[in-house]
Amino acid sequence: MELPRYHRMRGTLYRLEGSACRKCAHRIFPPRPVCPRCKAQELEPMAFSGRGTLYSFTRVLQPPRGFTNLGTYSVGMVRLDEGPMVSAQIADADGTELQIGMPVEMVTRKLKDAEEHGFILYGYKFRPRLRAAGA
Amino acid sequence: MKTAAEVGIAGYGAYIPRPRIATRAIARAWGRDEGGRLPVREKSVPSPDEDTVTMAIEAARGAVARAGCDPGRIRAVWVGTESKPYAVKPGGTIVAEAIGATPWVSAADLEFACKAGSEAMQAALAFVGSGMAPYALAIGMDAAQSKPGDHLEFTAAAGGAAFLFGPPEEALARVEASTSYVTDTPDFFRKQHMHYPEHGHRFTGEPSYFTHSRGASRGLLEALGRRATDYRWAVFHQPNPKFMRRIAAEMGFTEAQIAPGAVVDHIGNTYSGASLLGLAGILDVAAEGDRIFFCSYGSGAGSDAFSLVVTRRLAEVRDRAPLVGDYIKRRQPIEDYGEYLRIARKVRLL
Ligand SMILES: [Zn+2]
Repeated sequence: MELPRYHRMRGTLYRLEGSACRKCAHRIFPPRPVCPRCKAQELEPMAFSGRGTLYSFTRVLQPPRGFTNLGTYSVGMVRLDEGPMVSAQIADADGTELQIGMPVEMVTRKLKDAEEHGFILYGYKFRPRLRAAGA
Repeated sequence: MKTAAEVGIAGYGAYIPRPRIATRAIARAWGRDEGGRLPVREKSVPSPDEDTVTMAIEAARGAVARAGCDPGRIRAVWVGTESKPYAVKPGGTIVAEAIGATPWVSAADLEFACKAGSEAMQAALAFVGSGMAPYALAIGMDAAQSKPGDHLEFTAAAGGAAFLFGPPEEALARVEASTSYVTDTPDFFRKQHMHYPEHGHRFTGEPSYFTHSRGASRGLLEALGRRATDYRWAVFHQPNPKFMRRIAAEMGFTEAQIAPGAVVDHIGNTYSGASLLGLAGILDVAAEGDRIFFCSYGSGAGSDAFSLVVTRRLAEVRDRAPLVGDYIKRRQPIEDYGEYLRIARKVRLL
């Protein structure tokens, strides 16, 4: 990822900001200028809670360049509580048994080895939920 | 020292990464006696995708969740650490951005060896107490550095905590007073192009840790006209289980008073995070009316001491974020030193 794009996307990467449609209330992640459902352009930024459930996952056994420091790692699709589906790395999965439908939560982590960029790319990942909300 | 207006801690959050290495695996790698006495059983290590900034973000989120305040009203994010991911480029801005405190916020990284986190607490306390800010966030967090093979490698751990200072009516603990005690004492240092810090060996004990912890503690107790028995809980900087217990006993505190904050026993020394993580551990069990004594230590050298009183609000907000004990329990063992080197990024390409 190039530096200007990383900077532009910081709300999305750090705070899980997407869009909410003012017309049909559809919620979209990542953010878009036009609502994919009703084609309205009246969208407003919306920060997602970061809570969701694991929809699907797999394990990367041969990490590509830029990810070798992670050893093997997991990636998955997460259904956010507010609706949208997000693809992301699954953090803290070593030694845990991932299961479809398990509750997960957003964390901010380093997305790639810093050596690739010179700058450190921080962004969202999901991990098995540490504590039930309000529990 | 007392602020012009009353100030409280409105929220707190902790963080400890999952990977743990048994200290006997470190002893084995360096050909030391595995059966010998090691300062702690295991220590926490950041996952390969974690650093001081990511750990500070999670602690900060915990503090904001417990406070329940609008993050846009936080006027300062100060991160005390000696393991900044960038030599030049603040980490505080990344934390501020992640919690939604930007752009009307002051942000910086502070350095004072292991005292940087409590230094951030003093500044945040003053920022709120002067009326300049409704809320100010102080963080102490480290992915502690130690030279491979050095005795510090057995304890240098990762973790820390965040404290959000705010108005007294939203306090989960009110700040009664604080003090700082500092002299120039070169017991531990790292120059710009050194990878690992050096320490003054025997010099680190009496003239450094004990003199300054004692100075700040006595100063604050005398200023308030109090004794150890006036407190329910106490926390000191914890480079190892022994130093912390020796100073606590010397000041008149019992094992029962320090036990919930003795995080070093479980995960090692988190440097700038250590005393703050201990305070978080105490807030996890404290009840309304409990008085808490806090004293940090940082090489270089100095100590900050705080006197706190818990309010009823603590019990109401405690469960909005994970407890220190949740993070201690959540562990991923690393049995082998080679994996530790990869994870801790100690292998450098020449
Ligand atoms: Zn729409």
